[in-house]
Amino acid sequence: MSVLVYAELDSGRFKKATLEACSYGVALATMRNSDVAAIVIGECHESELLQIVECGISKVFRVLDSHLETFTTTKYISVIQSIVRENGFNTLITSQSYNSKSITPGLSIRLKSAFISGVVGLPRIEDGKEIYQRMAFSGKGVEEVIALLSDIVISVKTNSFGVNKNKTGELNVIPFNFSLSDDVNDIVPKEIIKTSSTISLTDAEKVVSGGRGLKGPENWGMIEELAGLLGAATACSKPVADVEWRPHHEHVGQTGIQISPDLYIAIGISGAIQHLAGVNSSKVIVVINKDSEAPFFKSADYGIVGDAFEVVPKLINAVKKMKNSL
Amino acid sequence: MNILVCISHVPDTTTRITFEPNGKSLNKAGVTFVINPYDEFGLSKAMEFKEKSNDVHISVICVGDIETEPTLRKALAIGADDAFRIDTQPLDSFSVATLIAEWAKNKSFDLIFTGKESIDENSGAVPGMLAELLGFSFISYATKLDVNGKSVIAYREIDNGMEILEAQLPLLVSCQKGIAEWRIPNMRGIMAARSKPLTVINALQVENRVNTLNFKQPEGKTGCVYYSSDNPEELISVLSTKGII
Repeated sequence: MSVLVYAELDSGRFKKATLEACSYGVALATMRNSDVAAIVIGECHESELLQIVECGISKVFRVLDSHLETFTTTKYISVIQSIVRENGFNTLITSQSYNSKSITPGLSIRLKSAFISGVVGLPRIEDGKEIYQRMAFSGKGVEEVIALLSDIVISVKTNSFGVNKNKTGELNVIPFNFSLSDDVNDIVPKEIIKTSSTISLTDAEKVVSGGRGLKGPENWGMIEELAGLLGAATACSKPVADVEWRPHHEHVGQTGIQISPDLYIAIGISGAIQHLAGVNSSKVIVVINKDSEAPFFKSADYGIVGDAFEVVPKLINAVKKMKNSL
Repeated sequence: MNILVCISHVPDTTTRITFEPNGKSLNKAGVTFVINPYDEFGLSKAMEFKEKSNDVHISVICVGDIETEPTLRKALAIGADDAFRIDTQPLDSFSVATLIAEWAKNKSFDLIFTGKESIDENSGAVPGMLAELLGFSFISYATKLDVNGKSVIAYREIDNGMEILEAQLPLLVSCQKGIAEWRIPNMRGIMAARSKPLTVINALQVENRVNTLNFKQPEGKTGCVYYSSDNPEELISVLSTKGII
């Protein structure tokens, strides 16, 4: 029942979601009293690998191959499949990054495994079976599932388990040589365009989001200022993206990005059910709206009924004061 | 160009989700079902190709029982040429992908569209599984797609950015917002859909790999704590005390 974690590198670094997958793999292996290892594909600094050790994984399969410098599903599925098969792992754990989400379903086919997507915690055991929980119906339902095969591929929902970097150990790197055939049929990556240097929405621990209540794109200065002070990413509701007050990649909701930060502050957003579907996994929700009947208050932990143009500047001052007093 | 669009029949985005008392399934009473919104992006993209060329044929397929047929008729009303329904209750992503793959494997599709995920199961598993089962190249989370002959240029969403890719048909593309705009079927489309072919296919026996034991509603918030708009500093101090900020 040994566990392999795919520790994905993003520009030579492990993101929080990856370390979360490592922490999950360690906890699952501990529960099962089994081994755990990680696979790292591509170049990174040695100190980066020590983060995995701190999560509790000492054994790291390291793949360095010029063919693997750019990600494609075909290549990454092939190399991970080889490591799983040659070393007899029967559980593969990944994060839910876009790239990991793109390879796990195909890998489950190659590995003749059951695929459980987006688990939100360790399984509970009933009659010797692992019962996993995941979210369904866009956060409006919790589903319990079991794998009907002994081999499984599991992806961990972002920010659902947390990172536990309190372990010590000796790093044991096992180089894995992998000869990849030049697959003529494959996709050719040409260019990567990173959105500005702001914090990535899907990784952000805090998000400040604005809706139509802000009346126009010229009023986003205070949203950005508050977000900047809190170290938060900025987001918006669908109507705001539709009229292009804000870029589409900031749209959170049913058809936009689904996020699960520790803190979501919604300003001037009424909280239509489609918007909630994108943010209802947030741990703490703060709603600021001048309409006391706004449905969002029903899903909020904290609320302020008031005009955003009066409340937000006061909040900014309060955060500044708090920071100065530290 | 021969296009297949895979369609899930899902509760409308505004549905308040409740489950049957035994927790085994969705309580369907009063629920309106629609084409999965992400699948509809794929269908809309296929329609863009069809409007530019006389040589585009669009088929739509759904795994489901007879109650999914109105959803397939809507896809025909939007403009698909024919529809197929694999007659069984979907059990898990693997069984759905296998059923579609077995049906599609010898049909020489140039392009297969799926949504990035369905809004009921949210597994996002069928596209990657189907690509693997069919041996198709796979572009996930596509936000833009241009086809010129057999050559394809696509944009796909990645963490904190976009990736531009080149590919060749045949290809499987999972669709994300941005790839096309949804369309509202017009009266002519709705009339025409009635006489377009909708073929029912007997389902092969496929064993599922994941079993759903039960559903329940998530624990709701315990209630909103309000702070005065005159004194929002209180909120900041509470968030700070609790270690949230």
